[in-house]
Amino acid sequence: MLSSYLGYYSLILGFIFSIWLLFYSFVSISNKNTSLKKNIVLILFLQLFTVVLSFLSLVYSFIISDFSNETVYNNSHTTKPLFYKISGTWGNHEGSMLLWLLVLTLFIFLFIFKTKNQPTKYKLLTLFFQQIIILGFFLFLLFTSSPFNFLFPTPNEGLGLNPILQDPALAIHPPILYLGYVGSSIIFSASLAALVQKNINANWANHIKKWIFIAWIFLTLGIMLGSIWAYYELGWGGFWFWDPVENVSLMPWLCLTALLHTIVVLEKRLILQSWTIILSIATFTFSMSGTFLVRSGILNSVHTFANDPERGIFILIFLFVLISLSLIIFFFYQTKELNEKKIFWLSKETAILINNWFMMYFLSVVLIGTTYPIFLEVITNEKISVGPPFYHKLFIPFLIPFLIFMAIGPKLQWIKQDYKKIKIQQFGFFIISFLIAYLIIEKTNAEYLFTTILIAAAFYLFFISIGEFLKKNCNFSQNISHFGFSLFILSVLFNSLFSSEFSANMKIGEELKYKNGLIKFNKIETFNEKNYKSIIANFDIVDRKDTITLNPEIRIYNQPNILTSEADIKSSFFSDKFLVINLLKGDNLFNVRYQNKPFMIWIWISILFLIFGGFTGFVKKYK
Amino acid sequence: MKFFKFILIIILPFFILQKNLIANDNSILANKISKNLRCLICQGQSIYDSQSDFAISMKLLIKKKIEEGDSEKKIYQYLKDQYGEWIVYDPELNKKTIFLWLFPLILFTFGGLLIFRKVFIN
Amino acid sequence: MKKKIIYLLIVLLLIFIFTVFLKGLYKPNLYTPSQTSNKNLIEFSGKDLFSNIEITSQQLTSSKKFTIINIWASWCLPCRSEHPILMDLSKNPNLNLVGLNYKDQSDTAKKFIYELGNPFSNILVDNNGIISIELGAYGIPETFIINSNTEIVKKYIGPLTNESFKEIEKIINQ
Repeated sequence: MLSSYLGYYSLILGFIFSIWLLFYSFVSISNKNTSLKKNIVLILFLQLFTVVLSFLSLVYSFIISDFSNETVYNNSHTTKPLFYKISGTWGNHEGSMLLWLLVLTLFIFLFIFKTKNQPTKYKLLTLFFQQIIILGFFLFLLFTSSPFNFLFPTPNEGLGLNPILQDPALAIHPPILYLGYVGSSIIFSASLAALVQKNINANWANHIKKWIFIAWIFLTLGIMLGSIWAYYELGWGGFWFWDPVENVSLMPWLCLTALLHTIVVLEKRLILQSWTIILSIATFTFSMSGTFLVRSGILNSVHTFANDPERGIFILIFLFVLISLSLIIFFFYQTKELNEKKIFWLSKETAILINNWFMMYFLSVVLIGTTYPIFLEVITNEKISVGPPFYHKLFIPFLIPFLIFMAIGPKLQWIKQDYKKIKIQQFGFFIISFLIAYLIIEKTNAEYLFTTILIAAAFYLFFISIGEFLKKNCNFSQNISHFGFSLFILSVLFNSLFSSEFSANMKIGEELKYKNGLIKFNKIETFNEKNYKSIIANFDIVDRKDTITLNPEIRIYNQPNILTSEADIKSSFFSDKFLVINLLKGDNLFNVRYQNKPFMIWIWISILFLIFGGFTGFVKKYK
Repeated sequence: MKFFKFILIIILPFFILQKNLIANDNSILANKISKNLRCLICQGQSIYDSQSDFAISMKLLIKKKIEEGDSEKKIYQYLKDQYGEWIVYDPELNKKTIFLWLFPLILFTFGGLLIFRKVFIN
Repeated sequence: MKKKIIYLLIVLLLIFIFTVFLKGLYKPNLYTPSQTSNKNLIEFSGKDLFSNIEITSQQLTSSKKFTIINIWASWCLPCRSEHPILMDLSKNPNLNLVGLNYKDQSDTAKKFIYELGNPFSNILVDNNGIISIELGAYGIPETFIINSNTEIVKKYIGPLTNESFKEIEKIINQ
């Protein structure tokens, strides 16, 4: 009870602070005073503190199972393990919106606190824009999505959290994702500020680059965690479904990655200023649009949180206010680029432009694939599905040139590549890659032409980046990331080419033949856990070489009444062995699905390389 | 010489990992089809992934139709007639979906033109 | 001039997108394909639950002016709640009420009928659910109204209610 009051009034206090900060920044901008009031940092800290306090109160309410709080009632249960009671705080709409606010206030505090060598007016402008966003979210929270609504009389028990969400990876996935996703708000605000201030230069690029790195690292990590969760927890053996919510996190990622490359060009050559700003605005716009698409119920997906049109309208209006604001400012303050520098066709700048070109294409594929059904349905009342085949068909052919450009681009010099310095050996790598790819496809009877060339292109990037490591002055962070990406493409391709599966209905004690081996269903054991009944099956997978034991599980939860299937996965560097069972009606039959998934673990390792590259880029000292 | 040793080390695993072809051709086709179908009572799962009654019955139906000799296209058409276009995940190219497929490509071309202008003209 | 055109286009685009999304919010998420024209009932056959004789859809639809196929199972709770309505419907002389027992065990199915009464002239067994899927059902209970030309005139997804009872009476008493 008390903690809900604390949480609510803390939020109100924070709201007041945010209004004050908004007015203060607005007024100070026109003020000639060049020094930032010392109190500003304090007030920003207080704004953050009130939101943190509010958030912690909600966590506390979940921990003590305070069902007088409507959000806790809807999403928790006394038998839930403590760890998941805590993570249940952000596993619902209201709590996750509070988390949004937390990250927004955290980032502006850190930004103002840590930014030292930038003009005061610029900092004030950033503050102003960020506060607009923060204010919008305070209003949204307080008026449509309060996590502190009361229920009277207090229920004895809660409605429980979906057991599928009770997983460690999923518990930390939202906070990490939000640090990236919501963190891009500061890039948005700072870019608008730089635009108004007209100081989009190398100094600014260097400064904002750090924030881009931070957001990018967390966003990539967050998306990876979501995929890992899907793979280990959802029992389907896949890790990416082109589901709307996944797409919605991918879109800002594509923008942010493009921005990461463009900012390097801006820093080095002082060109592409307008495009940089557009990308910054676009990244956060996609973050917000994503929130709209997913939470309003307009899209049908596995992850849909809330189906509330009212909330949808609020976010929609807020989103368009932000877009309109940024567009007005962009067109009003846009100046013709001072140095109309020429870009030579064979140069690193062009390579990065090409990177952006492809990134924007991939972005448009995801955007159109996700939103087209909405447009079609509203306009023609027809409903169609856009699923994985669409994305694969439009991505794969373009990945081929993309990978090749990724291999060549970093090798090009800035401004103008000296023709004499091009080494013939590079082409040797290309031919070898092609040969290897051809061998693989021929040996395994895989038929696709595109896949062959794609493997070749991925190998090319792979070899080139390994070669780069052996050089003296290699750009380590860039190389690790590009290497990671090539490894990622290779892992995904080999995994999909060489995966095999087996599906059958089996009785206890039955054994079926599979590929020079056997699948033996030995026995089942039932246990009673804290909030579910567990049926653990014991299987032996007999192979030419060895026998492994797998124990997939079926859980029957009591609150809510849901049945989940937990796969048992044995991972090794060579492959994952994946086994999942499902109960069938009657006849004591179980549906058994066994998959052999080669190189699965390399998919995660390669993303870690990608992130590590970003991390090294962030910490390295600039010359 | 070192270079070729290096390449051999990379290629070798692929010979080791020789996979036997999956025995049953029908089941490959059945899996392919069911991965391309939406489970209509689930939120965002394919027939292949779902274990709902609907999905299980659907998988049996697909198997039956394959054994009866129906082509993949015919099966999709049959299901589209019964349940509507949205049961199939792969949007076919028709009047309704032409923009879906074309827009990204148009944008790609447009982007290419912008870059061309920036780099080669001016 | 060129700039002004670009501004105008962007504004129009934004307004368009905003309107579409706004309208999209109010569209219902559950999609049931609308029947613009009556579909014909597919041909199927199955064993009767009690007599074990193989019966074809032809036989079922040829006896009366209208045939109703109701898909149910003993383990389905809403099927229990709609059962009294089926009992009432069975009294109508224009109607041949047929049951399709979906993924059920024969002893529990029979028990269900003994307990609640048998409104059906025949009950066909659909052990694996294929017949139901071929009819175009999503789940259970579902009810199909078929006329003498074997056209599916109306389909109800979910348990029948008093309202649907009245609608059905109207249709079959024409």
